[in-house]
Amino acid sequence: MSSPLYVKEGKAINQAKGSLLIAKGIPGVQYGEIVDVKLTNGEIRQGQAIDVSKDAIVVQVFGGVSEVDLAGCSVRYKGETLKLPVSIDILGRIFNGMGKPIDGGPEVVAEDYLNVNGEPINPAARMPPAEFIETGISSIDGLNALVRGQKLPIFSGSGLPHNQITAQILKQAAVRGASEKFVIVFGAIGVSYNDADFFIKNLGETGAMARAVAFINTASDPVIERISTPKLALTAAEYLAWNHGMHTLVILTDMTNYCEALRELSAMRDEIPSRRGYPGYMYTDLAGIYERAGRISGREGSVTIMPILTMPDDDITHPIPDLTGYITEGQIVVSRELQRKGIYPPIDVFLSLSRMMKEGIGENKTREDHNNVFMQLYAAYAEGSYLREISTIIGAEALSDRDKIYLSAADRFESEFLLQGEDERRTVEETLDIGWKLFADLPEEDLKLIREEYIKKYLPKYKDEKKV
Amino acid sequence: MGKIWRITGPVIVAEGMRGSQVNEVVEIGSEGLVGEIISLDSDRAVIQAHEDTLGLQAGEEVRGTGSILTAELGPGIVGAIYDGLQKSLTALMANGDVFLRRGVKSFALPRDKKWQFTPTVKVGDKVSEGTIIGTVPETGLIVHKIMIPQGISGTIKKISEGQFTVVEPVALVEQDGETKEIIMMQKWPIKKPRPYKKRLPTTRLLVTGMRILDYMFPLALGGKAAIPGGFGTGKTVTQQQLVRWSQTQINIYVGCGERGNEMADVLYSFKELKDPNSGRLLAEKEVFLANTSNMPVVAREASIFVGITLAEYFRDMGYDVLLVADSTSRWAEAMREIGGRLEEMPGEEGFPAYMGSRLSSFYERAGQVECIGSPDRMGSVTIVGAVSPPGADFSEPVTQNTLRIVDALYALDTSLANKRHFPAISWLQSYSLYVDSVKEWWSKIAPDWAEIRASALRILQLEAELEEIVRLVGPEALPERDKLTLMVARMLREDFLMQSAYHPVDTYTTPQRAQLMVKTIMRFNTLAQQLIESGGTINELRQSPIVPRISRMKDIPNEDFEQRVKELTNDMETGLIPQKGGVR
Repeated sequence: MSSPLYVKEGKAINQAKGSLLIAKGIPGVQYGEIVDVKLTNGEIRQGQAIDVSKDAIVVQVFGGVSEVDLAGCSVRYKGETLKLPVSIDILGRIFNGMGKPIDGGPEVVAEDYLNVNGEPINPAARMPPAEFIETGISSIDGLNALVRGQKLPIFSGSGLPHNQITAQILKQAAVRGASEKFVIVFGAIGVSYNDADFFIKNLGETGAMARAVAFINTASDPVIERISTPKLALTAAEYLAWNHGMHTLVILTDMTNYCEALRELSAMRDEIPSRRGYPGYMYTDLAGIYERAGRISGREGSVTIMPILTMPDDDITHPIPDLTGYITEGQIVVSRELQRKGIYPPIDVFLSLSRMMKEGIGENKTREDHNNVFMQLYAAYAEGSYLREISTIIGAEALSDRDKIYLSAADRFESEFLLQGEDERRTVEETLDIGWKLFADLPEEDLKLIREEYIKKYLPKYKDEKKV
Repeated sequence: MGKIWRITGPVIVAEGMRGSQVNEVVEIGSEGLVGEIISLDSDRAVIQAHEDTLGLQAGEEVRGTGSILTAELGPGIVGAIYDGLQKSLTALMANGDVFLRRGVKSFALPRDKKWQFTPTVKVGDKVSEGTIIGTVPETGLIVHKIMIPQGISGTIKKISEGQFTVVEPVALVEQDGETKEIIMMQKWPIKKPRPYKKRLPTTRLLVTGMRILDYMFPLALGGKAAIPGGFGTGKTVTQQQLVRWSQTQINIYVGCGERGNEMADVLYSFKELKDPNSGRLLAEKEVFLANTSNMPVVAREASIFVGITLAEYFRDMGYDVLLVADSTSRWAEAMREIGGRLEEMPGEEGFPAYMGSRLSSFYERAGQVECIGSPDRMGSVTIVGAVSPPGADFSEPVTQNTLRIVDALYALDTSLANKRHFPAISWLQSYSLYVDSVKEWWSKIAPDWAEIRASALRILQLEAELEEIVRLVGPEALPERDKLTLMVARMLREDFLMQSAYHPVDTYTTPQRAQLMVKTIMRFNTLAQQLIESGGTINELRQSPIVPRISRMKDIPNEDFEQRVKELTNDMETGLIPQKGGVR
């Protein structure tokens, strides 16, 4: 831990350029350690040693080298990399992007100091995520189910209601059959004050703040802290999950700001850029964050991550959503088109995907027919959407009667299955039954993806027969 | 022993390193982080660290190990879970290492486990490199063959049967008056291909149980294939299916820079899945290398080469080995990252200019060979590499460099995946250069395979063309003949090419069964054509009770399959539409 005995101070600074200071080498300085840069006027800026050699130390100064003079400025090396002080008392608290309390409360009395980068989970120690989380939202529970230990991002665009969807999930999410609630770890990265406030208020109103920890870096805070904020949030989540057996749900918003910060710092270091100026290691860097989700066999607790990112220009092939999609276990995509139609939540069924879904659904988990209903709904909606596209060219009149049934099924799917209120919590049974209600209109022989026994059991006409 | 002079990310410069060799493995600092020397300049060495370097200081020690990066070969590999540097993750787990601390060490082969060794040669026999001198029953499915290591040939002076660890001598060989001890463990430098007598043409089909592969775009044992695809297109599931059901003796799965939860899913599923032929657990023929995306970047390259070295070692025993690498793009990205740190001149999109040659040095280690040493035997290594092109754009450098090397392409299509057509392998974009070389193999099962395959592909091709027209004039405006083509193409797509990895029967299809399935659909096509020529309509055909029976063909259990399909074909011949009677 930091102790004044180990603090070293160097005055010999040879170069200042961009955001970099090149100082004379001092023995004992660690690669990656956090340093204080003291300016002549007394101002202290933080920095990081990004290249350490016997002759020279390159320090990246957060906030730039403006006003640095080579003669009067000094660098203090504290001999530590960024660590988060943790104890169970972090629950209910709000911190900034360096882990300092900003809720007016006292500093946390630390039980331990944890390296914010964490350590990779031994793949052989992981347990595959399989416990269904009921969010109460049909388009998620029915078609893109979330499970404990998964990392499922929300891909959105500016002006879309991702915050409302997230708030609804935070409010409603529960594991079926389990009474314990999630602990919410909230990381706000470079967001506007309003957005941060929206979530904090929301947590406060629902009484969830006592079981939540928040790390807030607003747009006006230092860029470097955007890099550390998600890491602090995950370190806190891991501590609560693995040391205290809690089930944590980590919300990170907005990861696009994180990636922008990464690009900014990389450019300052004169690194060779990869696609669209983002550094070549962005995949690895993001993986270091998202891969901290999971379950460990033999341990209570879990880390589930829901990062939110806004796709620049709604482009899913942009490097940020693209690399994220390669790491996360699926994605929930918010659609501008559905939003325009007035559908809430406007979740794009075709682009959204949950890779862990099949593990979490079915008999004893949700309901036996879940997977079949999902496949059939999906196929029917895909067919209806395709016909809708064709009918814009050739006119609906040119379609056959069968096609018209599918066309109207697609409309009803949107207005009955997808559409729901911000406060409406549907159980998974309710969600699946809406599906069956839609199937009632389709030709029965078209229900190829559903097992016959389920058709006999759940299709309204047989179900009602039974009742009689 | 040297000292750290400079640290910048995973690249370290050490001084006082005179006497070291390029590619030598070194241990760095008090934690003993593993690194590899990549260049030497008088007494300075540039080292790439295989572990996170955060917190290292200038002046810390760097110790050479005197050897380059090697893989440990011997009993104990099958069923193991390794990281990229062949550290046993299961052994670490047993030690309580739930998290991977850096610098943590573990042997690839357990040193204390005793194996039952049975000699297959006797005292006085002449042996040379690659000669099999004995066997060890490693798992219920694999008999491990102990071979004479490189550089040794002579006469067996002593050989014993019994229980040995991998480091105890099992035999003595006299070579030029010197006696050499043979132990069951060998070490082999991972970047050096293992020798063989002769390369053989690839003529045997690798039966994967996946219909679109086996039937449409066959892969040969000893072949090399790439599976590029954007995220969510099912690369990982496709590769998992390959290591599950491929009819090879050993499967090696290299998870290179991919997801931890998926890796866990694979590892767990293998604890239950059984080999359909023997009823034994599938894990008894698998080797896993797990270097997930949050594990050290530099070790990604090592993981690929460790994997291929293990594959060649089992090939040398005379086995057919499948190596699946998920994903080679992550490896290429690691190369780019290191190249950047070394301030090398970048090539396309920042990737180093040597990326193409590195990729080919990996893929070229696939092949079917005559192994060295006696007895005479043949083995093969098949490589299937996943590629993750950014934005699903196949024009990017990793995909393009890979396509120059491989002989089969399984292109995963985002639009198919969005339609939930799995496996989302595009029949329009994919190809296999093994179609001709496995023709003879197929002809033993189905003499008409080549023709039926070609005509099925033609219908699918025709569908793509008709789709363009449908978009302009609507499906109802087409002539009945074309509507039929669309209908049959849909059958081929949904009832044959689409295959569920999660359905107990559908997950694996034998070549015989695949042949019957396509044949039935193509027969339907012929009969339906006749019906339409004699005035029938598509709407009538849609009502035919035959159609749903064809679509449920996938789910028929194997034991009833032939019988039920025979019935189906008979009913079809008597008439597609009951009230109309047979087609005359």
